[in-house]
Amino acid sequence: MSREVLEKLKARFPDAVMETHSMFGNDTAMLKRESLLEAMRFLKDELKFEMMVDLCGVDHLPEIPRFEVVYHLKSMSRGYRVRIKVRLPEDDPVLDSVVPVWKGANWYERECFEFYGIKFRGHPDLRPLLLYPEFQGYPLRKDYPHKQRQPRLPLLKPERR
Amino acid sequence: MGLETALGDNWLTTKLEFFINWARKYSLFQYPFVTACCGMEYMSTMCAHYDIARFGAEFTRFTPRQSDLLLVVGTINHKVAPVLRKVYEQMTEPKWVISFGACASTGGFYDNYAVLQGIDKIIPVDVYIPGCPPRPEMVLDAFLKIQEKIQKTRLLESK
Repeated sequence: MSREVLEKLKARFPDAVMETHSMFGNDTAMLKRESLLEAMRFLKDELKFEMMVDLCGVDHLPEIPRFEVVYHLKSMSRGYRVRIKVRLPEDDPVLDSVVPVWKGANWYERECFEFYGIKFRGHPDLRPLLLYPEFQGYPLRKDYPHKQRQPRLPLLKPERR
Repeated sequence: MGLETALGDNWLTTKLEFFINWARKYSLFQYPFVTACCGMEYMSTMCAHYDIARFGAEFTRFTPRQSDLLLVVGTINHKVAPVLRKVYEQMTEPKWVISFGACASTGGFYDNYAVLQGIDKIIPVDVYIPGCPPRPEMVLDAFLKIQEKIQKTRLLESK
């Protein structure tokens, strides 16, 4: 349905759009991270995607590049939905923040930062959102040991292993 | 008009310890520390269908300082663990703890970085209720077990 959105995006940013597909009706564009912010501004201002529905991180551990950030956008006025993906390398997981475009991205980016360690350049207040302050590491990364616990209190007896 | 009419000017003898424990076990003031879906089963136990008032425990107190039974109902994670410990420490003696449901007792199926694997890692527990969530009958059974335990308490032995 919103394939024309993908066509417009490709026409406007021929170098930034690496790949598009519309599998199961989900129109998806893979972008280069350097041009993400510019493309998002275009999507919001020209193509009227007023709402950022979701932002989440993905860790594809053995693959290179390792991390991925997925954005789901919706146009309230035109009824379109589109999905934008950006891949990030393991040694430099930094991405431009989209908070200047959609203010609602603020907490999503904080959550993505604390669980995957993906840093959002230009975020106004990149602090952990859900985890307690003394928590070390990024728990949703695939290489976080799944038995590792970080209790805040001395325990009366050890936890089961 | 009551029992004294039937008994007349008679005596009733008992042991002080028995009497105090009897009084305590039929006036349990609970503090429900409800964090998850087990709370729904707790509510149905409290309300008219299962009616925990029959066992003298109908009153919830939303301050730990006025309660003597702590019900930990639901998943406790590491983030909230210090709060639970503080609530327990603020309760006055004598006090008892029921661990309500699989998550509070063992962590349940949340075997991950966030969830405390059973509240007995941070506070002492008297009765565990298994189940995900437990049926109200099991909650009533746990109350009866707590009352049994209270009745058996030796008052002169210091804790």
